[in-house]
Amino acid sequence: MAARGPGRVSVLLPTYNERDNLPLVVWLLARTFSDSGTDFEIIIIDDGSPDGTQEVAQQLEKIYGSDKILLRPRARKLGLGTAYIHGMKFATGDFIVIMDADLSHHPKFIPEFIRKQKEGNFDIVSGTRYKGNGGVYGWDLKRKLISRGANFLTQVLLRPGASDLTGSFRLYRKEVLEKLMEKCVSKGYVFQMEMIVRARQLGFTIGEVPISFVDRVYGESKLGGNEIVSFLKGLLTLFATT
Amino acid sequence: FLLLPSPLSQPLSPQAAMTKLAQWLCGLALLGSAWAALALAPPELQPPTPLRQALLPLPVYLLVAFGCYSLATVGYRLATFNDCEEAAAELQEHIRAARADLRRRGLRL
Repeated sequence: MAARGPGRVSVLLPTYNERDNLPLVVWLLARTFSDSGTDFEIIIIDDGSPDGTQEVAQQLEKIYGSDKILLRPRARKLGLGTAYIHGMKFATGDFIVIMDADLSHHPKFIPEFIRKQKEGNFDIVSGTRYKGNGGVYGWDLKRKLISRGANFLTQVLLRPGASDLTGSFRLYRKEVLEKLMEKCVSKGYVFQMEMIVRARQLGFTIGEVPISFVDRVYGESKLGGNEIVSFLKGLLTLFATT
Repeated sequence: FLLLPSPLSQPLSPQAAMTKLAQWLCGLALLGSAWAALALAPPELQPPTPLRQALLPLPVYLLVAFGCYSLATVGYRLATFNDCEEAAAELQEHIRAARADLRRRGLRL
């Protein structure tokens, strides 16, 4: 038997210029896990942020301990998918949580993910903004329309069996994530979609938990024409290849 | 503490060897040929007139119906898209608490 307790959760936090948000996210994670009595580790994968994110991360490591905060940076911006692959190599938990480091995802949902996972023995638990009392804050009508429209198109074309495909707040069994990372090739939003689609293809089970998505306390977030075009391209690629 | 056997130990057959595109094309081909067979049949084999009258424009009707369904569904989902006011307020509180505590613990922001 492993020396660590059952059900340790490894949180993968890819960061780029998150100097302001990182300490807050880590504090919330640590607080959530200690309140719920869950063993955890946080793996911070910083892609050479020029704004001092790594210095802040080092301070956090001193505060919380290097068994809880694992710094595994990379030299430059190499993309989300590879950040997960890189981070997973160091994960010792049975479950892996992926989430945004910019406070749009609140760690308070993680115990709900864990509860849901136990309830149905799910391979993946996906946070959804579109069901139950899930939702968003800080989006105007146009953004919401684009979001719902894109999601509708995705549901029609891919029939994925999950309500929120572009969401990136999820809990995976470690082996499941490893297996999926081998197979997924897309980038950006489409990468998150591809994970769910491939998971279904491989027969993995997916549970859902409503989450609230609070858009961007700090920094900027843009949904421009470019993003929409690349989303459509990615969607059609998945449609034609899966 | 025994973990349940992972699905990876027993390989499951893939959900469908067909891509979604292939499924759509098959479905459309089936429906399309059924429609064409009935609608474009030579005079002797034609179905009765009322059926024919309904059949010919059916593809267009279905397309329009689907269009209406899409608009209604997206519209409904847009209107019922939850605004998480409380979550945003709670987050601000948590941020305040976090900053205070982190400063106490020695973090220099």
